[in-house]
Amino acid sequence: MPLFSDCRTGAVLNSDVFAPWDDPQAKPLIQFQNVTKRFGEFTAIDNLSLDIFEREFFALLGPSGCGKTTMMRMLAGFETPTEGHILLGGQDIDPIPPNKRAVNMMFQSYALFPHLSVWENIAFGLRRDNMPKHDLEERVEEMLRLTRLEQFARRKPHQISGGQRQRVALARSLAKAPKLLLLDEPLGALDKKLRQDTQFELMDIQEKTGTTFVIVTHDQEEAMTVASRVAVMDQGQLMQVSTPDRIYENPVSVYVADFIGDVNIIEGRAAPSGEDSYQIDWAEGQAPLTASSPTGFSNGQSCHLAIRPEKVTISAERPSDAVNAVQGKVHDIAYLGNLSTYYVELANGIIIKAQTANTRRISRRSFTWEDPVWLSWTATAAVLLAN
Amino acid sequence: MNRLSWFNTVSLTLGFAFLYIPMIILIVFSFNESKLVTVWAGFSTKWYGELLQNEAFLDAAWVTIRVAVFSSTLATILGTAAAYVLVRGGRFFGRTLFSGMIYAPLVMPEVITGLSLLLLFIGIGLDRGILTIVLAHTTFSMCFVSVVVSSRLITFDRSLEEAALDLGCSPAQAFRLVTLPIIAPAVISGWLLAFTLSLDDLVIASFTSGPSATTLPIKIFSAVRLGVSPEINALSTIMIAVVTVGVITASLVTKRAMVRQQQDEMAAARTE
Repeated sequence: MPLFSDCRTGAVLNSDVFAPWDDPQAKPLIQFQNVTKRFGEFTAIDNLSLDIFEREFFALLGPSGCGKTTMMRMLAGFETPTEGHILLGGQDIDPIPPNKRAVNMMFQSYALFPHLSVWENIAFGLRRDNMPKHDLEERVEEMLRLTRLEQFARRKPHQISGGQRQRVALARSLAKAPKLLLLDEPLGALDKKLRQDTQFELMDIQEKTGTTFVIVTHDQEEAMTVASRVAVMDQGQLMQVSTPDRIYENPVSVYVADFIGDVNIIEGRAAPSGEDSYQIDWAEGQAPLTASSPTGFSNGQSCHLAIRPEKVTISAERPSDAVNAVQGKVHDIAYLGNLSTYYVELANGIIIKAQTANTRRISRRSFTWEDPVWLSWTATAAVLLAN
Repeated sequence: MNRLSWFNTVSLTLGFAFLYIPMIILIVFSFNESKLVTVWAGFSTKWYGELLQNEAFLDAAWVTIRVAVFSSTLATILGTAAAYVLVRGGRFFGRTLFSGMIYAPLVMPEVITGLSLLLLFIGIGLDRGILTIVLAHTTFSMCFVSVVVSSRLITFDRSLEEAALDLGCSPAQAFRLVTLPIIAPAVISGWLLAFTLSLDDLVIASFTSGPSATTLPIKIFSAVRLGVSPEINALSTIMIAVVTVGVITASLVTKRAMVRQQQDEMAAARTE
């Protein structure tokens, strides 16, 4: 599965790229059909439809309370939809209890059984299927090898570290070779360094086993790293479902643009100026900005211009060939080591963020506080959004 | 170690003297040679020997132990089931009423509990004996078990049960294989509590016991009304010894388990 391949960066479709969602013939493994879930008065999931394909690493991303955990719990069988249906491999799974589903879940708290050893934890699900002793032992050993836990097999969960517990939880949920593995904030309890290592381990294991993974997370970096597709959710609805690069580069709404990564949002009114090209009036006394957009805008329609800070160039002089250039002074600098974010205040008080890679040592930084600077970006750098 | 101020020393001495002087006197006089309880006449263990010959006391002790074992086991099963439903049953109709009602017997005067059970047994024509005492003890000790077990269940990570279901357990299997082993310490302490309550109950047992079955507390109480004998001192000393050994063992076991858990966790953190 080409998780690192250039399918991330290019929109070019090529036949060996894994993209069943673009293939109208592909049969989805999971189908949410107009699913609504209410808890009393509260609507957790609002008439949601979604297809997830086999071998996908699918991420549900959103702030807490957006309904992502409810979707996962419905897949596991701990909740049933109030309206609509969920199909797994074409079969309606709503009436099937959790213990009869070919779905396993890795819990946020890991939920390891404290009274059983690592070995017995992994064997737990296999024992329920009355697997023959020999096959069972072989399968457990295989899982221990896969998660590099051989030397901890006899230990109890409290005798191993957090990262090891996380791997036991993964091994236990993978042992039954489920059609679908659900991961509920699987890396939330790990520190940053360990989390990054584990993300790659997860992708590696997913690739090896060929299992379909659905991961719930509120960490956008994590979702972008591991997932083949990301669904951004808010208030029980899907805001956008796409590959990580499209979510980042072509957000369909201000909400998505703002939720994923850092962004400058400029409000204005669009005026068509040629094919797919618009002039945006955004502030009095300022020249209109130029942006291109495949979606049509009528004359005078209000719009938002979303520009990622790393696509804004900061310079002392106005670049001669710049399509969009505005002048301001440096209001603040956030130094992150590898990057610096400049907060530039324009004449009308608007603050625009510009990010540059620190390719030089900081003592030779070109700009400092209160310096007058020019910000510029190309016509295609910004995304024009209606709402 | 800090030295205590004179005020704290006095408080401590007075408090513990108040608690333990009666028991110490009882223990000392159980080794008294004389038949008179209040006159010291030299050291002897003869009353312990006599006690072992006393059929009536031995019978009563045997009845007491059987009643305690049966009633505490029954109370543990019922109390655990009640706690599980009240904590896990969600919001079913009448839940608040039920959870209030399960705690009511805790504050109910024992005389009333005993009397009401007596009336019930007479009403349904049940002959009073071991069975009626077991039923009565189960009734009042099951709410204690329920309190102990439900306080453990409230802090129980529910996702453990969900994980068991997810891995293919039926709800009954999930309870037997995951929930019960984890809450076992609470269930065991509930059983011990019910056992102790049954052992030392006098009031309810005296309402519900019959001529065929007398428990030790009833026996002691009626014997004392005829005059305190050194035999009873000896019996009480044995009971104190048993309880002391039990309490010390329990606290040592708990402490060792805690120390080991801490060492394991520290060792685990080092392997990170």
